Amino acid sequence: MVDADGIRVELAGLHLRNPTVLASGILGISADSLKEVACAGAGAVTTKSIGLEPREGYTNPTVIQVEDGLLNALGLPNPGIGKFSEEIRKLEDLEVPLVVSVYGYSAEEYSEVAKVAAESGASAVELNLSCPHAKGAGAEIGHDPKKVGEVVKAVKGRVKVPVFAKLTSSVADVAALARAAASAGADAVTAINTVKAMAIDVETARPILSNRMGGLSGGAIKPVAVRCVYEIFEAVNVPVVGCGGVRTWRDAAEFMLAGASAVQIGSAVAYEDLAVFKSVTTGIAEYLKEKGFGSVKEVVGLAHRR
Amino acid sequence: MSGWHTDDKQLRTVKIRRAESETERVKTLCFEDKLCASAEPGQFVMLWVPGVDEIPLSLSSVNGDLVSVTVKEVGEGTRALNKMKRGEVVGVRGPFGTHYKIAGKTALVVGGGIGTAPLMLLVQRLLEAKVKTTVVEGAKTRSGLLFTKQLAKMGEQADLKVVFTTDDGSHGVKGLATDAAEKILSAGQVNCVYACGNEPMTLKVYRLAQRYGVHLQASLERYMFCAIGVCGSCVIGKYRVCKDGPVFSQNQLKEVEDELGKVRRDQKGEKLPF
Repeated sequence: MVDADGIRVELAGLHLRNPTVLASGILGISADSLKEVACAGAGAVTTKSIGLEPREGYTNPTVIQVEDGLLNALGLPNPGIGKFSEEIRKLEDLEVPLVVSVYGYSAEEYSEVAKVAAESGASAVELNLSCPHAKGAGAEIGHDPKKVGEVVKAVKGRVKVPVFAKLTSSVADVAALARAAASAGADAVTAINTVKAMAIDVETARPILSNRMGGLSGGAIKPVAVRCVYEIFEAVNVPVVGCGGVRTWRDAAEFMLAGASAVQIGSAVAYEDLAVFKSVTTGIAEYLKEKGFGSVKEVVGLAHRR
Repeated sequence: MSGWHTDDKQLRTVKIRRAESETERVKTLCFEDKLCASAEPGQFVMLWVPGVDEIPLSLSSVNGDLVSVTVKEVGEGTRALNKMKRGEVVGVRGPFGTHYKIAGKTALVVGGGIGTAPLMLLVQRLLEAKVKTTVVEGAKTRSGLLFTKQLAKMGEQADLKVVFTTDDGSHGVKGLATDAAEKILSAGQVNCVYACGNEPMTLKVYRLAQRYGVHLQASLERYMFCAIGVCGSCVIGKYRVCKDGPVFSQNQLKEVEDELGKVRRDQKGEKLPF
């Protein structure tokens, strides 16, 4: 039987009341909005990616709908960890784990931001090694396994909270990135970030996003994300967090069968609003019950049997 | 299973059908769009000026399939938009957000400057619903007042009273729109107040509505990227202006009293005083 305990998940030392996690970049700019997402039923919440210095982000258009998903190039707008640490401090009594997403232009920067985030009260930090539209940061660092290892190692040396490495799918061998992260001490791996993409308006013959290129999310990238989770699950022993196109319990179940211990939900908020966290959780509980499983753990990676 | 698509979120390109100057820095642009034509008063669209910017704007009128936005030049994007001529192409997403709802038989509509734009569509609907309506429009000076002729004309043929206020007395009553609003509220006939203007004005109207025990619906504005409830840039307290707003009820505003008219967030998400 699946009860409230059966839907609980232990993720790299964090205790999640259910396997749904707010993905980075969605709503996580203020303490109040993160509280609202927790209140709506998420098992954990992730902040927007925070850097050492404030960043304005790009000029609009920054988010548009494309075939089966969203395309965005917000450009990592954030007030910098100095100001943002005030928001983190306001979340001391948050009912669920708070993951602070961190980006930087060097291993030192990542580790400095992560240190302040952890000191301010983050339950875990997630390293954004995968944003496809920030020059010099994100995927530009995260496409190289050696650099991924350096960043993870530098951060692990400065914080005691669990460290998640969020990886890009835009490489030939995503498992190599995961291995580099895990052997440098990452406590979990998140896969995937948005996929570098573009849309052009044929009427005006112009790229629509002001940054021209951005990251694709939503249903369009789910099969790519599921494949990455599947490959990573075989390559490393740390837990995997699935991300990319989760909107229903079926999507979440697919990620779990591929090897995800938890799933992040982002773009689906545009279509299902915050109710998505509860509906996915309820659906997963029913699925487990229907199939005779007692916990989420029992289905993680099940599709790997031959 | 529905796809990851809704018609309102999809960017459409439309031709500008009419571009008319309201004042030196304010223009009304008309375009044809079926979805926008289904909008309710207070809802907004994201207007893309190709190659320049994309801007949130409330609809100021709906006539058949023809709709309009009224734009004040405040930056590069709005300046480029106001230079656009008939036949030029803009992109549009929306309509998005909550809207004003007709409540009661007597309405007070309070607009500050460019904030009057979405209220014009509301006034049209109030009059159609035979609601006894008073409009108070305030601006710093005469040149900041919008739709003066249009409102006067509407008043000729319907149950509409219009009061203009200017800080310097160059047109209408000298003083603030909120002072004129208080006079009307104190007479005790109003059921519902509708407001749109700068936020310190909205805060004053909010306090007036509390004091005189009338309903309030007010539209707020915040820095906005996505307009579809995901990016979080437009948050006030627990609410997203793009999705939970832009039109908020008095009870909702009560929940964000700490921030209303006092702080907003910039593009970086950093808090700034008004």
